[in-house]
Parts: sequence; C-alpha cells; structure tokens
Amino acid sequence: MSTETLRIVWIYPDLLSTYGDRGNALILARRAQQRGFPVEVLEVRSDQQLPTTADIYLIGGGEDGPQALGAQRLLADGGLHRAVAQGSVVFGVCAGYQLLGTSFFAKGTQYQGLELLDLSSDRGPSRAVGELAGDVDARLGLPPLTGFENHGGRTHLGPGVSPLARVTAGVGNDGATEGAWRGKLLGTYSHGPALARNPALADLLLRWATGAQHLPPLDDTWADRLRAERRTAVATARA
Amino acid sequence: MPISRVRWSGNLARVTDAKMPLRAKVASSVSRTAAALSRAAGRGDGSVIGGWLGLKIDPELLAHLSAGRAIALISGTNGKTTTTRLAAAAVGVLGRVATNSFGANMPTGHTSALAKAGSTPYAVLEVDEHYLAQVIEATEPHVVALLNLSRDQLDRAKEVAMMAQLWRAALARHPDIRVVANADDPMVVWAASPPATHDQRITPPHVTWFSAGQRWHDDSWVCPECGSTIQRSGEQWWCTGCPLRRPEPQWTVDEEGVVDPTGAWYKVKLQLPGKVNIGNAATALAVAAEFGVRPFDAVPRLGDVTSVAGRYAQVVRDGRTVRLLLAKNPASWLEAFDMADEAPTLLSINARDPDGLDTSWLFDVDFAPLRGRLVLITGDRAYDLAVRLEVNDVPFQYVRTFDDAVRAVPPGRLEVIANYTAFQDIRAELDRVN
Ligand SMILES: [Zn+2]
Repeated sequence: MSTETLRIVWIYPDLLSTYGDRGNALILARRAQQRGFPVEVLEVRSDQQLPTTADIYLIGGGEDGPQALGAQRLLADGGLHRAVAQGSVVFGVCAGYQLLGTSFFAKGTQYQGLELLDLSSDRGPSRAVGELAGDVDARLGLPPLTGFENHGGRTHLGPGVSPLARVTAGVGNDGATEGAWRGKLLGTYSHGPALARNPALADLLLRWATGAQHLPPLDDTWADRLRAERRTAVATARA
Repeated sequence: MPISRVRWSGNLARVTDAKMPLRAKVASSVSRTAAALSRAAGRGDGSVIGGWLGLKIDPELLAHLSAGRAIALISGTNGKTTTTRLAAAAVGVLGRVATNSFGANMPTGHTSALAKAGSTPYAVLEVDEHYLAQVIEATEPHVVALLNLSRDQLDRAKEVAMMAQLWRAALARHPDIRVVANADDPMVVWAASPPATHDQRITPPHVTWFSAGQRWHDDSWVCPECGSTIQRSGEQWWCTGCPLRRPEPQWTVDEEGVVDPTGAWYKVKLQLPGKVNIGNAATALAVAAEFGVRPFDAVPRLGDVTSVAGRYAQVVRDGRTVRLLLAKNPASWLEAFDMADEAPTLLSINARDPDGLDTSWLFDVDFAPLRGRLVLITGDRAYDLAVRLEVNDVPFQYVRTFDDAVRAVPPGRLEVIANYTAFQDIRAELDRVN
C-alpha cells in the first residue's frame, strides 16, 4: 500500500454503473476493514481528474454511449496509466473490462481502448445473457468463478494476457475462456457486483493491493450459500 | 393560429358495436366471452386470454375498439398501475371509464379492457413502456402521460436511452397528441420534446409538464441529446453541452397537496401511502384536466382508491396486519422504503422471467433505511439479498416461507416489500387480495 490507508477508486460511477457495480467497492472496503485496514473509497466522476496514487481502481459496466465516453475521458486523463505503472490494482467488469483492451465496439463503431491489457473486443453473433461459471487459472488459487453475464461483445486475448477462467457455463470471452489477467490487472464478464459471489476473488485483489501473503478468513456463510445455490441452479438448468 | 388536428375535441362519437366491421364485432364478442369463461374457470381475470383470442380473429381489433373513444395512455417504468387507477378515478367525474385495472398492460390487455367496456366513451389505459409506440398507433389517444424511465429487468429490457428514443419517435409521428410529462426526469423531457424544438425556452404548446419528484438519478447523468454530463442542483437539472434542461412544471406537489397550473392548491387525502402517491395523484389530475375535468371535482374521487391490484392492500393474518408493497427495480425500492411504516418488514426476492433473471440491481439499492427495523428475508433469491444486506450492515433473519415470516413477528403491522413474482406469490397466499 502506498500509504497507511487502503485507497479504492471507483472510476466514473456517473457513466459506468449500470449493473450494481457499486457492490464491488462496498465489498472490498468491508473485507479490508474487517481485516483492520483503514479504507477510503473515492468515487471519481467523469468530469474530475483521476488520482494516480490509489491502491485499487474499479471500472464497472455501462451502455454503449457511456462506455465510449468513459474510454475517451480515461485516455485524455492518463491517470490510470500512471497508476498502473506504479503498481496499482485494476479490476474491470463487463464494459470496464473491454475498455482495458486495445479496442472495443460501441454503437457499431470501433473505439480505441486503454491498451492496458493485450485483448480486443468485437460484436458477437448474439447477446450473451445468463449464468456464467468457470474454473479459474490455477496460478491464482481461487475456487470456481460464478456470476451473471450480459454483453453483446466477444473478446479475443493476445499473448500478453492469461484467461481468468475456462468456461463451464455461459459464454465469457468466446465460449471457451472467460476474463483475463496480467500482473495486478484483472477483468471479467461476470458483471455488476461480481465480488458478491466471489469473495475469494475480492481477497485476491486485496492481497495484491496490500502485499499481504495471507488474510485472516472471514465468515462467508451467506456468500457460500449463494455460491452453492447458483451452482445447483446452473447444474439443474443443464440437466 | 394554426388549428391542430385533434382526434377528440369534446364531442364523443358514440361507440357501438354496430359501427364496427363484422370481423371486429365477432372478434370483440369472442374476446369478451373468453375472458368471462377464463374468469369463471378461476384462471386469473381473463384479460390476457380474451384479448389474445380477439386479436387472433381481427388483428385490427384494438384500433376498431378505440375508434370514437377518448383515450389516455399512461406509461413509464414505475407508478403506471397506480397512476392509471387514480387517473381513471379522476376522469370518472365525466362518466364511466374503461381501464385495464389488473395491470395487463400489453395490447392483449387493452383489447380485452375495451371489448368489455361496451360503449363506454372514455378509457384510461396503462401501457408497458416497450409497447407504447405500438399502442399509440393502434388507439390514437387523446393524451399520453410519460411518468419516468429507469433501469428495469436489465437482462432483456432495452437500454433506457433507447427506450426514450422510441417514445420520442412515436410522439413525433403524432404531433396532435397531448402529452403530460414529468419535468424531473431528463429522459422523459427529451422523449416528450419534438426533435426540432427541444430547446426548452420554447415549450411546445401540447406538452403539459408536471413535477412529481425523482428519487432515482442514476440513469440520467448523460444527456440523451448530446452525450454531455447532466448537472443537478436542488430540483433543477440542465445539460452542460446543449439547451436541454428542466422545463418549468405547470403541476407541482407539496407536502399534502397538488398545485394546478393556475396556482390553486388542493389538499389531496389519499388512502395510498407515501409522497410518491401524491405525485401520482398530481399526474392523474393533469391527465384528467386534458379531458376538461377540474381538479376540484376530481380530488375527492382519488381518496376512494384503497389498493391497486394488491399493492398497498392490507390483510389481517394471525393477528398481524400485513401490508403489501411492490418494488420491482431500484427506483421503486427507494419509493417503497418511503411508503413503509417503521415496523417489522419482510423482503422477498425472486428472479423468474417476469422479474428479470439478474439480481445485480440489489447493489443499486441502499437498504440502510431499514436499519433498526426487524428485517426478514425470503424468496427464490433470498441468499443474494442476504449477501447484500450483510454488506449494507442491515441485520436480518432468513425465513423459508411467508407463513414463517408471519409467525416470526409480534402481533401488529408487518410490511411486505417484494418484487414482481414474489409479490404475486404472497398475494396468492392471501387469496389474491386486491
Ligand atoms: Zn445535451
């Protein structure tokens, strides 16, 4: 951490907050506080300058127009690139995930992305809507990913990133892989409050941000019940 | 002054079956009979099946049934069922009013409501926002009321801005329709403003603006006209990049009453809870005024409305007074917290088809107003809600069924806030209370 306080920045909630994205900031803050870390959450609107010294940056989902506008503002601002160069953690969801790549499609036009991850997105043959599940890259040491996806894009990964997960239900990037990560940057199509269903992923981001090897376990009874219930629902739907 | 084409100008054509083409007569009769049979068989109120059969026989049936009637359409993401009921009560000053009071708000429901209505000269119809353009074409209404647009059932609903565009295009094709629209919702204002004259310094003469407040702002930070940021200060809002801004409303709300365009204040005593419903009453009075109904005559009738398709209904069960509140998207949850008393509260969440399959929106709702109340949770997706409430620091107790909830609270009031199918499930347990 750069200071004694863990600083979390939620990027452009005025543009990119279509699917309960606030949840990720709330969950990270709570899980850090429960481990005794003082936390500060900053909501930075698209007409404000992005601070460059925060520990975790969150980018959420959004409709086509706001997504294109958000990318333009972030490119013009340049703050996120400086933060990444200094080792900050970035977590992008849905439209926010696509933004991190080299290009994406919105309103039928190709837009330049932030080029922080080696991936590009285009339009898929159909909208991917429904439960999303996958087995996470073993190097990350996480239990299976679970979430809900809702996106028209498909994402193609370059050699500079690793897939976050192998898809076991839903579409993700392309029906085979889901999400991507490199260093302390991670993106997923598991949209909205993705961390509500994946507390271990929240803790991974916190470990990256704090440098802690281990974090004390928390009571995740309700999240575990939710995960189990969703796993059963996906299995039942497939049977 | 140019004379605008108005389909209805105070003189009502008599609506009779005799004037309809034979095919429409048969279809209308089949629709009525099927609805009655369906009701008799205990399969709901029959308004969908009857209309569906009628439209099968005559696809133009809705247009035939609308001809010669003075019709108001009421649409928006939230509040349309209640506002339709209040507007029907207000227009009732003039005589009988046809309405789809069971919330069957698609063309089948409208067809059924009008087929049942015989020669009733007036109709106030609730319209699903996705169908508004189509129903405008079919019914050629006198008035269209636009309440609000916000996120709802995101896994399949059209984006909010796209919906506003569809509304706008439909109204642009019918410049003679009188529009009653919410000045507090930028998406609605843009939809109600003709493309050439959205400069609000020139209010188009056929739009009447009302202010019913807007608790939910998170879908209107970006201007639908130019993509710039929308700024807010108090009740005012304006685009930072183009002339779109809040028009001056002619109908407004204060604590317990409604102010009409002449500045006259009317005390509005409703049996429905919350400030939200005073806003719905203002909208209903503005709609009725387009038919020539004076607020003075309409206000007493609004107080007769006790519940709307089960919403706000109160039922006594095992010594508990259970009140039902429907909340189906983030904006309406904020309104439900405003309406509910400080009492034990059951929250029930499903994510079946009519609800939308995605529960992410739970994180768009701040449940903090429930702190300090005894909170119980149930429903298909109670665990999603549990995780949300935990993060929100709202203590809760999980119960498996509605009956368990009733047993878990002390005698007295139990507020129930549920989303669509969860609401219907509980309503069924209470013998389809209306
Ligand atoms: Zn603008």
